[in-house]
Amino acid sequence: MGVAQLIHAKICLKRAGFSLDVDLRIPSTGVTVFFGPSGCGKTSLLRCIAGLEKSACGRVEFEDEIWEDDKIWIPAHRRPIGVVFQGAHLFAHLSVRGNLEFGWKRLPKANRRDLTSVIELLGIGHLMDRKPDRLSGGEAQRVGIARALALSPRLLLMDEPLSALDHSRKREVLPYLERLRDEAGIPILYVTHSPDEVARLADHLVILENGGVAAQGAFREIQNRMDLPQWIGEEVGLVLEAVIGEVDPVWGLARADFPGGRLWARDRGLPVGKRTRLKVLARDVSLSVVPPGRSSIQNVLAGWVEALGEDEHPALVLVRVELGGSALLARVSRRAVHEMGIAVGVSVWVQVKTVALAE
Amino acid sequence: MTVPEIFLSADDMQSFTLTLRLAAMVTGILFLVGTPIAWWLATSRFRWKGVIGAVVSLPLVLPPSVLGFYLLLAMGPDGPIGRLTHFLGVSGLPFSFGGLVVASVFYSLPFMVQPLQAAFESVGGHPMEVAATLRAHPLDAFCTVMVPLCLPGFLTAGTLTFAHTVGEFGVVLMIGGNLPGISRVASVQIYDYVEGMEYTKAHHLALVMLVASFAMLIAMHFLRSDRRNA
Repeated sequence: MGVAQLIHAKICLKRAGFSLDVDLRIPSTGVTVFFGPSGCGKTSLLRCIAGLEKSACGRVEFEDEIWEDDKIWIPAHRRPIGVVFQGAHLFAHLSVRGNLEFGWKRLPKANRRDLTSVIELLGIGHLMDRKPDRLSGGEAQRVGIARALALSPRLLLMDEPLSALDHSRKREVLPYLERLRDEAGIPILYVTHSPDEVARLADHLVILENGGVAAQGAFREIQNRMDLPQWIGEEVGLVLEAVIGEVDPVWGLARADFPGGRLWARDRGLPVGKRTRLKVLARDVSLSVVPPGRSSIQNVLAGWVEALGEDEHPALVLVRVELGGSALLARVSRRAVHEMGIAVGVSVWVQVKTVALAE
Repeated sequence: MTVPEIFLSADDMQSFTLTLRLAAMVTGILFLVGTPIAWWLATSRFRWKGVIGAVVSLPLVLPPSVLGFYLLLAMGPDGPIGRLTHFLGVSGLPFSFGGLVVASVFYSLPFMVQPLQAAFESVGGHPMEVAATLRAHPLDAFCTVMVPLCLPGFLTAGTLTFAHTVGEFGVVLMIGGNLPGISRVASVQIYDYVEGMEYTKAHHLALVMLVASFAMLIAMHFLRSDRRNA
């Protein structure tokens, strides 16, 4: 990866209600998530990169190409991008096939990929002759993603692709997004306000707040910064990269192994050896300074306190526990910290109540 | 003698076909002229756009004789349209079929522009953006996405424009006069008959117009519901 493998976006926008002023350098590999509350300008940022909106001081560079500066303006239809919108926004007058081929037909013949692999990746083969109004929300969004991929884009932009879907539809589409990340091999810029999607998908994270960048960097590093976890409120937690080590069909459990420990979680049908991400919420983690006795909580790990951090409420403290290769966050009361004598370097037992295993 | 000739005289047929020819030409021209105007009105953020919209809508409220009077002046040898056409080698627009077409285009403009503008606004700008991200040039996107999505609007606009041009009377009299084969359209012909107390002839032509207009509206209705069920 050379120095040129970057996306550079310098955008300033003033709109009624908010302003956006960012100067971003993002690696052009993997999934970069733009995360922030609604109204923080993350969608506008994506629209500027797509060329759907012009920015006053705009400068957009993709690898060695300039898409926008004070002299150059490449319109959206000539940028090598694919865009997935919040609602699928399929063309109602065309069938699924017509939608899929709309952009594909406009590519030079030599650049047209075989659509079979895209159709297979998104699992939409049986929908090809349907009209968009005969699709469920999840199916429509999968077609929307396939339509963008059919262009063989060099950059995929996704604007809250799941937020218009209900919970079960989200769970239907998310695995396709993970496959996409692992198999498509193109950089993805992904806008969301859902910590859950960040945990599942992010390689690189840009946190936007009040029209500026609050933090950015590799997801693994960002999530370890003690000054930041507050941004996800109730959902504070850390994501562990794990491998399924064992499946216990009798009790319906699967064991996820990660550097420094292992946790049992509900079996979601992942095979042994499958890589996955585990999200452990700080509120589900409790600490003990003595080995815990018989308890309904069976996931117990040993570690030592690495850091203490402020939580959203003064009565609460976030404790970062190093397990030897991985770390967990625990949310405990300040009084408990005081009474148990928890300080940096103290050995503790960690009890994990529930673990969300990506299915 | 064929059946229509028994029912309608040769004069009637002439005025009837002249009416259809005029309405078809005006509708065709207005599809070309009205569509960009409607698109501009639907999408522009120009501050004085409302003023342009009002000018386009003026024929809705203006007495046809007022509009006809000004158009007559404009098409005269010293008027702006007259000078332009003279420059282009065509003169004498007033009291000609060409003059009638030009006047009708102005007169029927809002009937084309308003339904189209409403259709564009209700579909919104998003499909155009989606098409742009799918490599479609704006004009390409307009033809392949906006037009199909707004087809009901185009159908309504075309029908209204056609019907309104067929029903024209005041402007025709002001601009075209009453010349057989040139400007004596059906509505003027009927007026002539009534003036001359030839009620039977007036009845025949009026009935044909009534049936034709009704048939057109019914056809439009079925076309639209067909599309909805497709």
